Amino acid sequence: MGVAFAIVLMKDLLAVIMLLGIYGLLSASFFVAMDAVDVAFTEASVGAGIATLLMLVAISITGRSENPVRHKPFLALAVVIITGGLLIYGTLDMPYFGSAAAPIHQHVAPRYINDSMQEIGVPNIVTSVLASYRAFDTFGEVVVIFTAGIGVLALLLVVRRPKDIEKIDSLNESMHEEHLILRIVTKMLIPFIMLFAFYVQFHGDFGPGGGFQAGVIFAAAIFLYAMLFGLSTARRVINQSLIQILAATGVLLYGSVGVVSLLNGKEFLDYSALSSDPVAGQHLGILLIELGVGVTVASVMAIIFFSFAGRSEKKLLQDNKDSQ
Amino acid sequence: MILGLYNYWVVVVLMMVGFYIVIAHGNLIKKIVGLTIFQTSVFIFYISMAKVEGGTAPILTDGVEQYSNPLPHVLILTAIVVGIATTALALALVVRIKEAYGSIEEEEIQEKDNLDC
Repeated sequence: MGVAFAIVLMKDLLAVIMLLGIYGLLSASFFVAMDAVDVAFTEASVGAGIATLLMLVAISITGRSENPVRHKPFLALAVVIITGGLLIYGTLDMPYFGSAAAPIHQHVAPRYINDSMQEIGVPNIVTSVLASYRAFDTFGEVVVIFTAGIGVLALLLVVRRPKDIEKIDSLNESMHEEHLILRIVTKMLIPFIMLFAFYVQFHGDFGPGGGFQAGVIFAAAIFLYAMLFGLSTARRVINQSLIQILAATGVLLYGSVGVVSLLNGKEFLDYSALSSDPVAGQHLGILLIELGVGVTVASVMAIIFFSFAGRSEKKLLQDNKDSQ
Repeated sequence: MILGLYNYWVVVVLMMVGFYIVIAHGNLIKKIVGLTIFQTSVFIFYISMAKVEGGTAPILTDGVEQYSNPLPHVLILTAIVVGIATTALALALVVRIKEAYGSIEEEEIQEKDNLDC
């Protein structure tokens, strides 16, 4: 909470964003303390890693200082205090923290906990609810992520001319010759990060993990590489049109699993249609759609990062021209 | 004991901090940071409701009777990733605003718009 208050007071946006990263990590540890290991996984890689990085790239384009607040914040403060007071008054009727008799634990949750082993055969209940019971919902989420990726691409796409690319390359080279230790250490770390992402992807049935977490971890490895070895090197390693195709492939893979079960005479995304043994079908279905989720999430994050970074390159080029 | 409600109070305070940043600050990046704090407070709200006293993480193991509720975990897990995707979209809009107006302060943008009219 202290971190959140510090964020209000800071004027320097760089410091604000660093604090936001710390805040993300802290809330991830909250989630571990409250038994939500899968969620903590995601929050640690998204909140502390990807969100911080994207914000940093954004302020490198928009500038890092904030204007002082000109008018008095009393009105805003009053609104906030009144709303907060009303909300706290509202909590007086809520069940106590950790109480097993709370209404939320009475309805669908016992069924998931008691029957998911026979019906799905996957020990991690979060995975079986995410990928099987609520697969349609998750499909919607993946489509939202994909759409956001397209949106960012549409807003920030830069057409690059060969002449500019050379200039940018030389600029990049000069910026990335330093930090030798960092480069060597990351070079050693990146394979392990990627390996870990694959482990998280395919072990999601048994331990905490799954497509969403694996996707963001994988994307974090790509970001790290691009930051330390320069964008042009990263572009040579990761083909831009390939990741755009991959992002769409993930969504299509997810959707086509649903269509296959439709064609087999079951409901959309009912995986028991995929195999003669329903539990084996569930396993196969979960594996496939988690793969689709992972591919889409990782490539959409990479698309977002590359579009932001491409914009900041363009700005760098313009600043360079102006100063000459 | 009324203190058993402390988890909701933490959430409300965090939420109000985020809300305050959104309404009182003019800088668009700062507003997005405020929205992120607001969003995380909602995540903490859901997860704290899922917690069961004496329960453990919802991964089936032998010898464990009490599990925390898996459903909110699922909802929030996807919400976090969707949240970062939408935040990225918001940041992209801010970048375009900066390029079009040369500023990301709300008041300066308003002044520029007024001049154009």
